[in-house]
Amino acid sequence: MKFLPLIWMNVWRRRIRTTFTLLSVFIAFLLFGLVMTIRAAFSLGVDIAGLDRLVLINKVTLILPLPISYQRQIQSTPGVEFATHQTWFNGAYQQPTNVLTTIAVEPGPFLAVYPEFILPAEQAKAWQADKQGAIVGKDLATRLNWKIGDRIPLMSSIWQPKVPWEFNIVGIYDGGSSVDKTQFFFRYDYLDENRAEQLKGNVGWYVIKIADPSRAVDLGQTFDTMFANSPAETKTTTEKGFIEGFAKQVGDIGTITVAIASTVLFMFGMVAASTMVQSVRERTSELAVLKTLGFTDTSILVLVLCESLFITVVAGGFGLAVAWAIVQRGDPTGGLLAIFTLPPRDIAIGFALMVLMGLIAGAIPAMGAMRLRITDALRRN
Amino acid sequence: MRWLRQTSAVMMLNLRTIPGRLGSSAVAIIGIAGVVVVFVSVLSISAGFSSAMTGSGSAERALVMRAGSDTEMTSGIEGTETRIIKEAPGIRHEGDHAMASAELYVVIDLPKKSSPTSPANVPMRGIEPTGMPLREDMSIVEGRMFRFSTNEVIVGRAANHQFAGLNIGDTIVAGKNRWIVSGIFEADGGVAETEIWCDVHTLQDVYRRPNSFSLVMVKLDTIASFEPFNEWLMKNPQVNVVVRRESEYYQSQSQTMTRLINTLGFGVATLMGIGAVFGAILTMYTAVASRTREIATLRALGFNTSSVLLSVLAESVILGGIGGLIGGIGAYLAFNGYQTSTMNFQTFSQVAFAFRVTPQLLVTGLIYALTMGLIGGLLPAIRAARLPIPSALREL
Repeated sequence: MKFLPLIWMNVWRRRIRTTFTLLSVFIAFLLFGLVMTIRAAFSLGVDIAGLDRLVLINKVTLILPLPISYQRQIQSTPGVEFATHQTWFNGAYQQPTNVLTTIAVEPGPFLAVYPEFILPAEQAKAWQADKQGAIVGKDLATRLNWKIGDRIPLMSSIWQPKVPWEFNIVGIYDGGSSVDKTQFFFRYDYLDENRAEQLKGNVGWYVIKIADPSRAVDLGQTFDTMFANSPAETKTTTEKGFIEGFAKQVGDIGTITVAIASTVLFMFGMVAASTMVQSVRERTSELAVLKTLGFTDTSILVLVLCESLFITVVAGGFGLAVAWAIVQRGDPTGGLLAIFTLPPRDIAIGFALMVLMGLIAGAIPAMGAMRLRITDALRRN
Repeated sequence: MRWLRQTSAVMMLNLRTIPGRLGSSAVAIIGIAGVVVVFVSVLSISAGFSSAMTGSGSAERALVMRAGSDTEMTSGIEGTETRIIKEAPGIRHEGDHAMASAELYVVIDLPKKSSPTSPANVPMRGIEPTGMPLREDMSIVEGRMFRFSTNEVIVGRAANHQFAGLNIGDTIVAGKNRWIVSGIFEADGGVAETEIWCDVHTLQDVYRRPNSFSLVMVKLDTIASFEPFNEWLMKNPQVNVVVRRESEYYQSQSQTMTRLINTLGFGVATLMGIGAVFGAILTMYTAVASRTREIATLRALGFNTSSVLLSVLAESVILGGIGGLIGGIGAYLAFNGYQTSTMNFQTFSQVAFAFRVTPQLLVTGLIYALTMGLIGGLLPAIRAARLPIPSALREL
């Protein structure tokens, strides 16, 4: 502890150099934080997707509908808590290109299956009472400036003949940081009553809440066998697997972001390392004096490593903090990235990387300083 | 003249001493190279994607979809309507045939070769016999065309690369249906190469959508025929449709994705650039510091301050240039032509494309690198020019 002033003085020995090194490391971890946020955004909330929820879709493709008659069969299977269905609506607001995530659901079972959507009880009640009622995410409501009681017209290119479809906003849901709060949910019965005759009685897909997650694979197979020889065969996966598969369709964003982050950290790690090498080289004779005074090899090693750790952890910590603060302000693309949060796991990884960077950057000069022979070093000048 | 001689003399002196300062120069070079690699490679993704999308569209072809639809995926047209559409003026005729094809567009789940366990939405298009001749950029490169009224299909070159089980003779299983691959086609590297094509009537039967289509694709007499064609359809009360030029249709589909990638690419590259400038500043300060006495001597000998200033700047810009070249060449070698596929968010279907490191991107990257070098050299150059001669000469 008593050597802290010594470390402090050494760090600030060359003000300009230290300042720019700190800034470089700051930028490195700011970027790290932002890139990891993008990575999380593209994984589409897979971290919170439930293992106790199954998604049952048409085997040919998600786009093809399933008969509503399947619901009763699924619900009566032992091990199933709730079976509810959802239907993609493709609702566009104001312009045909402004398509929102609009899904037709059954209000009661929907809220029971998704406890992560937080909706005040009286709003849930209002939704049950109003066939044209819809609930929207907090982020979407803020972006489009919608309030409870607003009447919202949407166009759907899939569901005809009604133009436009009109909804009453009866509730605004909230949720944790990794919950998508840009969605629009409305009642399936409203959709079914107003769409063309030949389309009635179909749903998009089923979401099934099961009692015991360890039976997910079993139950999935049970359903797929149950509907094996019917007109619409099915494929069941856990919600987590389903979302992962969907994210993979976008491409390997994970690999790309990790590649960028590695490039960045390597680049700026070099800057820190070069600074440390120079700073130790300049002080060769000083270090020799310290040794003469009785500093052990180990304490010299620790001294140099502390200096390098100070630079990476202080600047890096500050960088991550700023990244976190930026992320708190929300998605800058105006709705393209539904989930915009810096996962705690990545913050922890970031701190581990700072320590690692400090150790690596300081290792070579620290070892050199430790092995320094007093007589050689003093003679060098 | 004398000034020029002086400046170039100091510059050469600087550059010749770079090898002695390789370690600290490497910081600037690697930093700037890293920025350029990331910048060029990220933007090559969007260049590749948008060229695959826009390359597919011809201004001579038009898509007729249901009014209010913005994609083939969500459009639906009845058989009676398609017959009326085919009578519209402005459609090219070859012999007795109007160059118009009523088509059905769906997606099926197939595994990607890169991740066999998770399915991808592969687009499947049912066409009429006129569908092939009206797209003159289409050609069968292996096997043969599918026969109409059978369950044969042809597969795009990119789909064949990206997805498993799409070789000639393979059977594709989609639900209860079986399709047999009879040939592989190319379409100038466009989006169609990610698709599977078959007979529209077979597809309608299989999907239980009798007499229902997604769109009518037509070949226009001339580019200018679009206006009368569009006007006739808009005025006709029997149809409720929207008409788009094929080129504009694909361009609008690529916008969301390219905008997203470009925003991310520029954002990341800008931040990294700031960091790399810091690295360059450090390098140049070190360079100036290690040559303090030399610079002071030059000044004492009567060399101009501006010569000294320019020489430091030149060194920094050259380091930036080297970094830019390394980064650009590295990105080109590593990523140009890299094949991948992603999801088109408008249709939720897969689009295969190749990263494209274009000359324009390389030039932009190099200019960016030189700029970073220039900015990085500025402060250290001023410092070198302002060194007080007497005290600098005394320094170690």
